[in-house]
Amino acid sequence: MKGRGLRIYSILYLLFIYAPILLLPVFAFNSGTVIAFPLKGFTTEWFAQMAGNATLRRAIANSLTIAVSASVLATCLGIFAARAVTRFRFPGKGAISGLIILPIVLPEIIVAMSLLVVLLSIGIRLSLLTVILGHTLICMPYATLILTTAFNALDRSLEEAAYDLGETRLSAFRLVILPLVMPGIVSSLLMSFTISLDEFIIAFFLAGNEVTLPTYIFSQLRFPAQIPMIMALGTVLVLFSILMLTLAEYYRRRGVARTGARESGGLL
Amino acid sequence: MAGNRSETAQGLTLITPPLLYSVLVLAAPLFTILAYSFLKDGYLTVIREFTLENYVQVWGDPIFRRIMLRSLGVAAMVTLVTVVLAFPVAYFLSFVVAPERKALWLFLITIPFWTSYLIRVFLWKVILGYNGVINSGLLSIGIIDEPLTFILYNVNSMVITLAHAYAPFAILPIFVALEKIDRPLLEAGRDLGENRLMTFWRVTLPLAMPGVVAASLIVFIPTIGDYVTPELIGGGKIPMVANMIQVQMLALDNRPLGAAMAVTAMLVVAVLSLAFVLVNRRFLKVQR
Repeated sequence: MKGRGLRIYSILYLLFIYAPILLLPVFAFNSGTVIAFPLKGFTTEWFAQMAGNATLRRAIANSLTIAVSASVLATCLGIFAARAVTRFRFPGKGAISGLIILPIVLPEIIVAMSLLVVLLSIGIRLSLLTVILGHTLICMPYATLILTTAFNALDRSLEEAAYDLGETRLSAFRLVILPLVMPGIVSSLLMSFTISLDEFIIAFFLAGNEVTLPTYIFSQLRFPAQIPMIMALGTVLVLFSILMLTLAEYYRRRGVARTGARESGGLL
Repeated sequence: MAGNRSETAQGLTLITPPLLYSVLVLAAPLFTILAYSFLKDGYLTVIREFTLENYVQVWGDPIFRRIMLRSLGVAAMVTLVTVVLAFPVAYFLSFVVAPERKALWLFLITIPFWTSYLIRVFLWKVILGYNGVINSGLLSIGIIDEPLTFILYNVNSMVITLAHAYAPFAILPIFVALEKIDRPLLEAGRDLGENRLMTFWRVTLPLAMPGVVAASLIVFIPTIGDYVTPELIGGGKIPMVANMIQVQMLALDNRPLGAAMAVTAMLVVAVLSLAFVLVNRRFLKVQR
């Protein structure tokens, strides 16, 4: 069979990519307090510990607030950017898109540090709001890219037909374009939500005294006694992220199918 | 429909909110950092006086040089490992996998990339550690007598961890480049008497080079600035440039010096990336 060696290699590679994630549940249900082999016995104690942790609850609430706000803001900004880039021609388009996409390649520490310096120098107190500000910035490029694909797949004649039938620019957008790109919007929301929920650096520097899920995890990694519980938390988070990403992918594909375009590429 | 002028106006109106956001939250802070790097540090404040002193200090500092070189070394190693390991996978995806299965493979490859970065990094410490999965596993089946130390809390373990973290970033650009290759071109190569290996070497690889260059940059640039891995895997004892900038900015509260470090690091990365693109420019031209 063609490419058999390649297939075996790729499966091994996939295993390498998943290796750490597959270890998570193994240690989350292991009754030993040290993260090492051989395993001791089966327990759900770590999950129970997780449920009774007040700081963790606060971290979850904060992270959800940040992720919901940042994903909505980033998606709204992304809609503007994607619509502008796919539908209109204007000077400086390349440079402007470049600036919007820039955070994808810029090391996060640079984004976090420069934003922190500015916020401190103009005297804004660090809070969840400042994290939302930063997360919206780093989610916007992904939102813009996903939405650009969605808007690109639009058939322009549908829009023109709406104008001919007497719709205004706004009503045509609401009645014709928006429903067609809706799957893209949902996909962008879910994607941004997942990115924000998992983001550590910006939250670490811009949250002030507030705690988010990743900064909580980071603070607990120093204490060996807390590690089993963190493994349990990690298991829950990974399952949740996979669910979100699967939904995002489902909506992205449905969007592509709805506009009749050919399937191409993945989430990135 | 509207004329050209209003087309431009509409486009500009629409792009204004995201542009304004990028300018305020990204461009302005970056310029502030640049400005800070030319100012003097006072106690708990910044003195508004132009100076090149910060750069003189940063460029003359042997510790900064060592840490910068280490970061470059780690990032270069990570880039090499990721791109070399990723190429066959991208090739497999593009040439072997049936078209309707491609999206599923891509999805499977990208999933881990979006989930719990911190915990993934930490788990590599668990896997590679003294009593880690690899060592305790190998010990218990009797392959080794004492734990392997070359994978322990050092540069090697940082390279493995980062190579794992950025794996999908390397696969996707190469995959996209391979997808663009005209399949008849490859058949033509073979019809002209080239064998498989020579066709790959003389046709496929050069045409895939834009993807390889993009993959290299997209891995190299963020890895240079990685903060978490040196902190968790290196135990803070093997800092990279991001950790040094953070210490300078916050712990030592010398923002102008920290800013000069950040600007220097970004300059070095920009120059190296540009040089890398220039070295590969003949491959990039082929595509047009």
